[in-house]
This record gives sequence, structure tokens and C-alpha cells, in this order.
Amino acid sequence: MKRIYVNEMWCLGCHLCEYYCAYANSGVQDMVKALKDKQIKSRITVEQRGTISFAVNCRHCTEPLCVKSCIGGAITSKDGVIVIDQSRCVLCYSCIMACPYGALMPAVEGVMQKCELCTTNSQGQPACIQGCPNKAIVFEER
Amino acid sequence: MHYVMIGNSIASTACIEAIRSIDRKGSITVIGEEDHPCYSRPLISYLLQGKTDENRMKYRTAAFYEENKVTVLQGTRATSIDREGKTVCLDGETTLSYDKLLLATGSSPFVPPIKGLGEVKNWFTFLTLDEAKRLQTHLKKESRVLILGAGLIGLKCAEGILDKVQSVSVVDLAPRVLMSVLDEASSIQVRDHLQEQGLRFYLGDSIQECTANEALLQSGIVIGFDLLVIAVGVKPNIQLASEAGLAVNRGILVDQGGRTGDPDIFAAGDCSEGPEMISGQRAVLALLPNAYLQGETAGKNMAGDEAGFDKAVAMNALSLMGLHLITVGRYEGESHVIPCKDGYKRLFVKDNHLVGCILVGEASKRAGIYTAMIRNKVELDSLDFDLICEEPLLMAFAKNVRQQQLGGPV
Repeated sequence: MKRIYVNEMWCLGCHLCEYYCAYANSGVQDMVKALKDKQIKSRITVEQRGTISFAVNCRHCTEPLCVKSCIGGAITSKDGVIVIDQSRCVLCYSCIMACPYGALMPAVEGVMQKCELCTTNSQGQPACIQGCPNKAIVFEER
Repeated sequence: MHYVMIGNSIASTACIEAIRSIDRKGSITVIGEEDHPCYSRPLISYLLQGKTDENRMKYRTAAFYEENKVTVLQGTRATSIDREGKTVCLDGETTLSYDKLLLATGSSPFVPPIKGLGEVKNWFTFLTLDEAKRLQTHLKKESRVLILGAGLIGLKCAEGILDKVQSVSVVDLAPRVLMSVLDEASSIQVRDHLQEQGLRFYLGDSIQECTANEALLQSGIVIGFDLLVIAVGVKPNIQLASEAGLAVNRGILVDQGGRTGDPDIFAAGDCSEGPEMISGQRAVLALLPNAYLQGETAGKNMAGDEAGFDKAVAMNALSLMGLHLITVGRYEGESHVIPCKDGYKRLFVKDNHLVGCILVGEASKRAGIYTAMIRNKVELDSLDFDLICEEPLLMAFAKNVRQQQLGGPV
């Protein structure tokens, strides 16, 4: 299965992946309207200290602890892509407790959100890849 | 091959999913005492709160049992097990034969002897959907609710009903709230937060006697109530197992693979007592993630695989009126209280390993990184300890570890 992989050697720490992610999941056509004066809550997070930086998002684990820990059965695996049915989320934080990568976070709407490889929005391809100017994030089979 | 499961909650569902990942052909029968398909038990307080409904509480889709070719006997009670004949007796009448049997009988609310309880017209426990719905029908704007028990169940119940009723009072013999999962500092923080929202606490106190609408506490205080909820704890349902001659302690004793002493009988979930990772001792860990992982492991073994669940630790994620709490592992060894804005963080370190954490409010962010460190017994001298204390970041791990985490399938 194709997944997102990051190479910290190439990460510039520009945070563009975060903006592209938030835009892709906003459902708004215009990028400026989607992001300007809005609280940006992207599903990908850049960790940055000193000269090191890299992006972290859901690893779509083969043994997903978030799926097995979700008290509402809201998180499921669809052909290997871990997705969340936000209508069933009660924001209990069990997935935050379980995820070894810290890849789930509350959305602006008060439910949990996570990277779904842009399979559930209109992007078709992960938007963070398209936004990364230095190919530090790739979407491929490994 | 006929797989039979007694109990139709999380452990059984995980068991079904695990069996079907290996064996598509064997027949599966689930016996469920409650007249519902598997539902998310911890959501009953959210049902009262109006944050979910019965349909969304179903743990799996409507097609789940059909897709997995499972026969569900809803509203049916397993009354005894004949290990020699390998049958389960249903409702004391019919028998059902099994090749492999899972005991996922869960737990029951513990109701302590309270003088005068018989006079109380409306008292409830808070563990099942039916009981929550029964409580719901009695909630009125003018109701005064008294909850006995300031643990996880009592406080979730309080949260669920607080804005539906006139008042909610909570009594507990323990001097603090959530005594079993929080330390003193965090417990006080949680109590203060809940008091600000309107809950009334009577801690270090207990109900000495009840009349129809009043509770006399040990301290002499009298609390008037319309509805009484008893939430002092749960006890594993071990009767079937012990009557069948299986080894039991508090729960049904199992090994890492969910095996009881009988090679064809397994147990998982709230009813089971298996090895806890950090202490190495057996413990009942009645928590949903463990129920899933135990049921899954048992299912794999029932279908002929060799699986072991060797990472069982206590873990709680709990939100109470907007305040999030996450606790993992054991509180022993050297403790580090990390100052943090809008929250509380305490980490426990023993023999170069993180063994426990208490995280409140903002400190719960990305908590799973700590959980993974505990479960995977990460050597603390292999990472930047000061940084990981400050914030759970993958940055704190060695570069080659990060590369494995982010550069390949996991």
C-alpha cells in the first residue's frame, strides 16, 4: 500500500505541508479563503528543533492501536487506510492515548481528526506532497 | 470447527475479527445476555448527554455479523459449561456444543450493602445500555441525583446528567476523586474543575443509611435525593468459569495468550485476569483497549495461531466536562513532575524505563508517544530524556529510530 514517508534530510521546516493539509480538508475552493484568519488545524505536524525538522502524520499502521482503542468504534481500517467517522467521535482522547506517533488531534469542530491520505476529501492525492517544495514528503509503496 | 463466545461485547467482537482473519470457514456463535448487538459500553454517559444515540453506539456496522457469518443469540444466558462434553447450557434448557470457547462475560456493578436501600424507589447502577436508558426515563429538570462513587463510572455518569437535572451530589469513601487512577495533585485539580461546573462532593464519607428520599452520611450530613446511582466499582463475572472448575482469582486466570487451564477455553476482557506487563503480576485490567487486544489474541489462538499479548498495562483516557485526562502504566519508581501550562504532567521512571504517566489538560497532547515508550520498554538513555519530559516528540528519539518510524511501513 502507498503511504506517506518523510525524509528529514530534505525538510526545510517551511510548514507548507500543514497549510496544504488544512486547505485540502477545509472543503473550501479558494486557498486564501480557506486559511486566512482561520484557526489552522492540520493533520500533519512539523516537529522542529534547532536545525532538524520533519513532518509527522498518521503512519497507517498495519496493527493500528487507535482502531483497537477507540471506545466508539469510530476509527476503522478501509483497505489499510485508517479513517475516522467523525459523527461517532465523542472526543474521549483514547486514540490520542494509543497512537505511538501522536498523529491524532482535535479538529476545529470538536471531534478528532487524522490523516486519511486525502482519500476522503476531493484531492485524490495527499495534498501535503503537492505542497512540499523539496520532496521531503513522498507518497509511495515501500 | 465451532467457535462459541459467551458475552457479546468488545472482547468477543475482537475475537470474531481475529478468527475471521485466519479462518473464514468455521462457524461462530456469540451468546449475549443483553438484548443488543455489541455496543460501545463507555458511551452510555454520552447517550445521556445527548452526544450520541443508540444507532451510533453500535460498535460495528449492521452488516457485521452477517459479513463474518456469526450466529448471535441475543438476550440469551449461558447458565453452565460442561467441559467434558464440550457444551454450554443456554437458559438452563438447551445445549450448544463448542470446539473452542471464549469466556467474555464482562463484569457486574458491585452494590455494597446499604441499610435502607430497599426503601429507595429509584436506584440505578451504571454499566449497561438498558440501565442507562432506564435512568434516562427518570431524569427530570427538578431531579436531585445522588451518586455513590467518585471513580470513573460515577464521574462519567455525573457528567452525562448534570445539565439535565437540578443537582448532582457525589459521595465517596475515598478522600479524593478518581483515587485509583490519579495522584493527589491531579485529583484535586479534577475535583476543583468539576465543582466549578456545579458538582457537589462529599469525600471521605459514605452512606450510612437510606430512607426513600434521603441519605444519612457517616459524617451526619443528610442529603435529599430523587434518584440514587450506585457506582462504587465492578466485579468480574467469574461464576460460570469457577463452577466449571477453571482457575479464578478476582478474574478468570489466563496466560498471555488468553488461555485458561483448559486448552479449549479462553477468556478475555473485564472478566479475565492476565499478566500485567510492568509488574509481571496478574491483574484485572477492565479497560476497553485491553478487552480488544485480549479478545484479538484469544481469537488468533482459538483459530490455531500462536499469539501472545505481552503489553498489557493499565491505560485510561477520560474527559470530564472539557478536561482531558490520560493515565498509563504504574506509579512507581522515580517521579518527575513537569511544569506545564494549562495542565499537569507527572512521569514515573524505573530502571531506565518510563513505567507510568499522569497527564491532565494540555499535557495530554500526543500522549500516545509516552504510552508507546511504556509499552515498548524504550531504554531512556537511548533518547533525549529532558526533551521527551518537556514534550512528547519523535524528535527526542535517535535519528535511526525516527527513520524507522517515518521512513518505512510500521
